[in-house]
Amino acid sequence: MNFDDTPQEAAFRAEAKAWIAANAPKQYEEELRKASLGRVQLKGANILEVAKAWQKKKADAGWACLHWPKEYGGRGSSPIERVIWQQEEGPFGRLSAMFIIGHGMCGPTMMAFAGEEQKRNYLPPLASGEKIWCQLFSEPAGGSDVAGLRTRAEKNGDEWVINGQKIWTSGAHYSDYGILLTRTDPTVPKHKGLTMFFLDMKSPGVEVRPIKQASGASDFNEVYFTDVRIPDSQRLGNVNDGWNVSLTTLMNERMSIGAGVATGFPELFDFCSSLMLEDGPAIENRAVRSKLANWAVKASGLKYTSMRAISALSKGERPGPENSIGKLVAGSMIQDVAAYALDLQGAAGALNGIEDAEVAGKFQAMLLRAPGTRVEGGTDEIMRNIIAERVLGLPGDIRVDKDVPFNKIPTKGRA
Amino acid sequence: MNFDFSDEQKQMRDEARKFLAEQCPPKAVREVLDGKAPYDRSLWKGLAEMGFLGVAIPEQFGGAGAGHLELCVIAEEMGRALAPVPFSSTVYLAAEAILIAGSDAQKQKWLPKIASGDAIGTLALFEGKGNPSPKAINVTANGGVLNGIKKPVADGAIADFAVVAARTGTGGRESDVSLFIVDLKAGGVEVKPLTNIDLTRGQAEITFKDAKAEPLGAAGEGWSVITQVLDRAAVLMAFEQVGGADRALEMGRDYALDRIAFGRPIGSFQAVKHMLADMYVSATLARSNCYYGAWALSTNAGELPEAAAAARISATQAFQHCAKNNIQVHGGMGFTWEFDCHMYYRRANAVAVGLGSLSYWEDALIDRMRKKNAA
Repeated sequence: MNFDDTPQEAAFRAEAKAWIAANAPKQYEEELRKASLGRVQLKGANILEVAKAWQKKKADAGWACLHWPKEYGGRGSSPIERVIWQQEEGPFGRLSAMFIIGHGMCGPTMMAFAGEEQKRNYLPPLASGEKIWCQLFSEPAGGSDVAGLRTRAEKNGDEWVINGQKIWTSGAHYSDYGILLTRTDPTVPKHKGLTMFFLDMKSPGVEVRPIKQASGASDFNEVYFTDVRIPDSQRLGNVNDGWNVSLTTLMNERMSIGAGVATGFPELFDFCSSLMLEDGPAIENRAVRSKLANWAVKASGLKYTSMRAISALSKGERPGPENSIGKLVAGSMIQDVAAYALDLQGAAGALNGIEDAEVAGKFQAMLLRAPGTRVEGGTDEIMRNIIAERVLGLPGDIRVDKDVPFNKIPTKGRA
Repeated sequence: MNFDFSDEQKQMRDEARKFLAEQCPPKAVREVLDGKAPYDRSLWKGLAEMGFLGVAIPEQFGGAGAGHLELCVIAEEMGRALAPVPFSSTVYLAAEAILIAGSDAQKQKWLPKIASGDAIGTLALFEGKGNPSPKAINVTANGGVLNGIKKPVADGAIADFAVVAARTGTGGRESDVSLFIVDLKAGGVEVKPLTNIDLTRGQAEITFKDAKAEPLGAAGEGWSVITQVLDRAAVLMAFEQVGGADRALEMGRDYALDRIAFGRPIGSFQAVKHMLADMYVSATLARSNCYYGAWALSTNAGELPEAAAAARISATQAFQHCAKNNIQVHGGMGFTWEFDCHMYYRRANAVAVGLGSLSYWEDALIDRMRKKNAA
């Protein structure tokens, strides 16, 4: 049992470290390091431009999308090399936020289902960040139950005509392309009438509207489709086999190992170390210490769970499903941590804290963002289902709509 | 990075699991539970023969000389099987105290006997309610004899010897505490078994009346040794707790798959599924914290105090969580004497306080994290 690199890993790490030291945009390092939670912003610079420039530089030197094959813009690296790269890239990795969906979900889906020429055309500019992709799955009527989506695709000659609405699309407003899951046959059970496409987001009839979230910010969008035309050549997989195609996409969503999930704990520990309560330093208060200790072991438990997954990768094994606990644990923890940080401030905790130089509204922003964390990319409840079914082998939910034609499924709970 | 046990260590785990499945089935645990024996003598002998009692004891002192990672592996299996033997008292506490502070002669005298199963040892630390503290040590040591009362002492009624923390100064400071080895079969020692919530493991009150005692380590160094012993034992006990948590989770999972209610397996109801998923989460976090503790213990790393506290807290929570929800998944049957659920529940809650309760370790963890941050 050790934390040491193998000789090959050490050599790869040294090479990555040296290249990053010579090429990373160091002027933003401090800001990126501090921007631990929520949306990354840079003062006096356009984050999109900085991010694209860094991604392009990486791609030109062969450091983009490490695990992708070289012919599609990657490096052909092993999974453990990808993790080592992430560790070495450190705060500069935060510049990749807007590429995560494209690289993590759209790219692998294209790789599995697009034609060879399409792959050679579309994947390298996706890897290099010149083109940004988004994923158009969720709908107002289909979130956790994504197969309940209603956006229609109807065949018209060599084209498909799309009408409907997507929601919670990250980055749709700056995306060039998207992968789109649609309903092509509403007369069969819901999983059997779906088809996947990719499309140009600048196509006529695509309208992107930002969503104002409960937190007040706008990270996501609604996307409306009105008679949008997509050539049949941009279909991914067979007609009505879109559900299987989407499983490839979603499987990749949860494969981000080693990136480390934000728990809010280091911030809370620092805060308590400097905060004075009526009876002395917060960190010396018994109740505070007990709370901190309980969160400390969750944070360290997540950290070492991730180390175990990395070790499995290092040995060439597939990491076990234990990695799926990260988002579930961190999501509600960050919410609790933030609420406690406000509690420690008394009435002043309700101020948004922007004026407070020391904390800069960190915990308030965390609190307001946290509900989204527990919903996006699989709600807490879906994550528990996944653990229960795939790890513990418990029976799947009884699905009353499984064998019912989609157009016969009730659409309203109460009349 | 290889943050995992080696193939040889995993093989040892498989052997231990197989051995315990044969030699320590629930039926054997129930012999002790029902008061038919104070501990499982034949299992104890078998553990000695397998080399498990001395797995971390150097070969020169009669052990297998394998190491602490191997001991962690065995500990997890002992916890899974709820082994009703004085393993933790003898191996994690007494043997470790002697390994840390014993003279060569003391090691020669006691460690081979521990490895061979011929001596049961324990640590006599507590004196009534409360957590480990030098202020709470009131047993006195004067002129080579001890006076006072220790309770609870784990496995005190079946132990042959005890490492005893006694007061050698007057101030209640750390430097006022020294350790002694006492032969519990000798004169001046009265042992009274105490009833406790875990009926598969004994507790006792020990009264010393001018009991002969041999110093273990230097005078005034006792508290420092106790702290080290507790850290090591915390990691090892955490592995037992993770073993118990995993088993309780498996029992709940299996029952949820088999039990039909409302026309379907109860494991298909989300209320039950999600409870089991949360148990899995606790057990996984605890296991990962334990691995870090094992690494720190086996390399004697400076991180051991912090890692031990984290493993202890996490594993205590996980075992308690899994043991109580295992009963909940079982419903009424889980609350019967006949089903084994209560044995895990009893063990989980007894070991949760046995090395000092959560509040002690929470305090310790925060102190140690602060120290690290300051450094």
